[in-house]
Amino acid sequence: MLLQLAAKRFIVIMMFLAIANLVVLVLSVMWGEYAVPLNDIWRALFGYGRSEHQFVISELRLPRALVAFLVGCGLALSGAILQGITRNPMASPGVIGINAGAALMAVTIIIVLPAIPNAVLPFVAFLGALLAASITYVLAWRRGLSPLRLLLVGVGISAAANAYITFLLTTRQIEHVKQALLWMTGSAYGRSWEHFWSLLPWLLILFPTALVMSRKLDILQLGDELAIGLGARVERYRGVLLLISVSLAGAAVAMAGTIGFVGLMGPHIARQLVGNSSRKLLTASAFIGGMIVMLADLIGRTIFPPIEIPCGIITAIVGAPYLIYLLYRNRNKP
Amino acid sequence: MRNRIIGIIILSFVVVLCFVASISVGKTTIPPSEVIGAFNAFDGSREHLIIRTVRLPRAIIAVLVGCALSIAGSVMQAISRNPLSGPEILGSNNGAALFMVVSLFLFGYTSAHVQLWVALIGAGLACLVVYGLGSFGRSGLTSIKLILAGATINLLLASIVQGVLIFSEQSLDEMRFWLAGSLTGGSMEMLQQVWPFLAAGLIGSLLLSRQINMLSLGDEVAQGLGLRIGWMKTGSLLIIMCLSGASVAIAGPIGFIGLVIPHIARFLIGIDYRWIIPYSALLGASLLLAADIGARFLYPPQELPAGVVTALAGAPFLIYLAQRRGR
Repeated sequence: MLLQLAAKRFIVIMMFLAIANLVVLVLSVMWGEYAVPLNDIWRALFGYGRSEHQFVISELRLPRALVAFLVGCGLALSGAILQGITRNPMASPGVIGINAGAALMAVTIIIVLPAIPNAVLPFVAFLGALLAASITYVLAWRRGLSPLRLLLVGVGISAAANAYITFLLTTRQIEHVKQALLWMTGSAYGRSWEHFWSLLPWLLILFPTALVMSRKLDILQLGDELAIGLGARVERYRGVLLLISVSLAGAAVAMAGTIGFVGLMGPHIARQLVGNSSRKLLTASAFIGGMIVMLADLIGRTIFPPIEIPCGIITAIVGAPYLIYLLYRNRNKP
Repeated sequence: MRNRIIGIIILSFVVVLCFVASISVGKTTIPPSEVIGAFNAFDGSREHLIIRTVRLPRAIIAVLVGCALSIAGSVMQAISRNPLSGPEILGSNNGAALFMVVSLFLFGYTSAHVQLWVALIGAGLACLVVYGLGSFGRSGLTSIKLILAGATINLLLASIVQGVLIFSEQSLDEMRFWLAGSLTGGSMEMLQQVWPFLAAGLIGSLLLSRQINMLSLGDEVAQGLGLRIGWMKTGSLLIIMCLSGASVAIAGPIGFIGLVIPHIARFLIGIDYRWIIPYSALLGASLLLAADIGARFLYPPQELPAGVVTALAGAPFLIYLAQRRGR
């Protein structure tokens, strides 16, 4: 009875989230430098009659909003998995070196080898993220993996990468430096269908895989000793889940740069809504993350036209007060 | 005891050695005899002028900032009981950076004095905010709350700095070297502005070192030993605030010294903070002097910010520390 009630509650919440996402998506397409009436959107999308806004809608705003959604999904999912593996609510993709690795490679290309076309950036960034995460994993491995050590080594790897990035930022030409900084802040600016289609497969494959693994994630939460006692192959589960998490975050960062706070905030909000069961948590995290980035992109685009504020800054400005609120809520805990 | 005093004497020699080296080497290398001559028998030659107006202030600033940051770091690690925390957790670096960037963006460059105070105020405010957030609630100031609050505020401030820099290429160009933490361009006048803070922090840390030592044993033990924890923590944080705020105001955000040096000090003389603090001060001074000398030669013909050198040298050390933790 109680279980049924919980299941019903979960379905209601998910439907609510889906509708909210849809609303944000429609608003993202409507609002912008000039507004497009709702009618025209339906016409453009479902193709009866050409709308004068066809190009803006289907070539600029829609793909951009969808890319933002996927990026948010990826980051939040990755964060949720990572928080589960490490049993640490403050873990996020950035902590294990993914962001710094991606930024290192992308910034190197932008600043040192500006002749290379921008289309290469996503691949390079993805490679950097994977590389940084693997180095972190290898260095943190000492007869087994301790989640705490993983996080700490990740902080060190990020610091090393950031030192190198600072070196490039201070010694090279200012135009390239500016571009690099823009990439690092994270933005969905100018993202097109091409980006959408190359990001989609990652989520279509990895999201279900993560859901299949969600039981294992639940077991890992119990702590290593108990999990081993229950017959779980802890290191293998952890390795696979980590790989999923890193790939999701890497793909997302590769498409839109390093957008902060989503991987941290998404899972937290999800946990408050649907509780700790990994299957529910992952699903809700994905939707919430997608909505956060889409919304941040919309706000950044429309708040001070014609200036665009990169959505990475918006997520930070919104995310920090949320974290402070979390601190405030937990103020009486030691 | 005797060994420890001998250690202090040896380290002092190292500091003096690095100090002299820092004055004499660089783009124009000046022999040590000339260095002494610049003070004994100043003759107005180019070498003597370089020494008195550029190299000497720079070396003095390196010594003071190195001392300040590593003392702040060891106090921070003592009260947070977390070996991976450094003075920058309190937010002084990012607070100073934010104030500098915003004031440059809004009012343009005015003078070194104004910039100095802007940075100092920014650093102080950020520290107060982090301290406030870390200490509300019934449980008072706990290290986990302090670190969480610090991480959050730092991320927020850094994002805003990045945002401003994206919109103003001019601020970016003016700020990027400062933001990396550099000892170039420091002068005696700047030092005159901040020395009271540095002195207060240095003396305070030495006076309170016994209490800080108790705090490092944990809240319960310290309370059992009759320490008023709340006041002591506030005092310690004030010390960190003075030291790290003044440092960032004269030298920009230089990382890793505050994190790494206390570990080396602990490795040398154990867990007694009454000794860790003076050892850290001397070690920090020599390390920053050495990093600053390295910054002149590592990437010719340009000069690197000293903060980049300390970070590149410190990051592997951080990874090494992390590897040894966690079972």
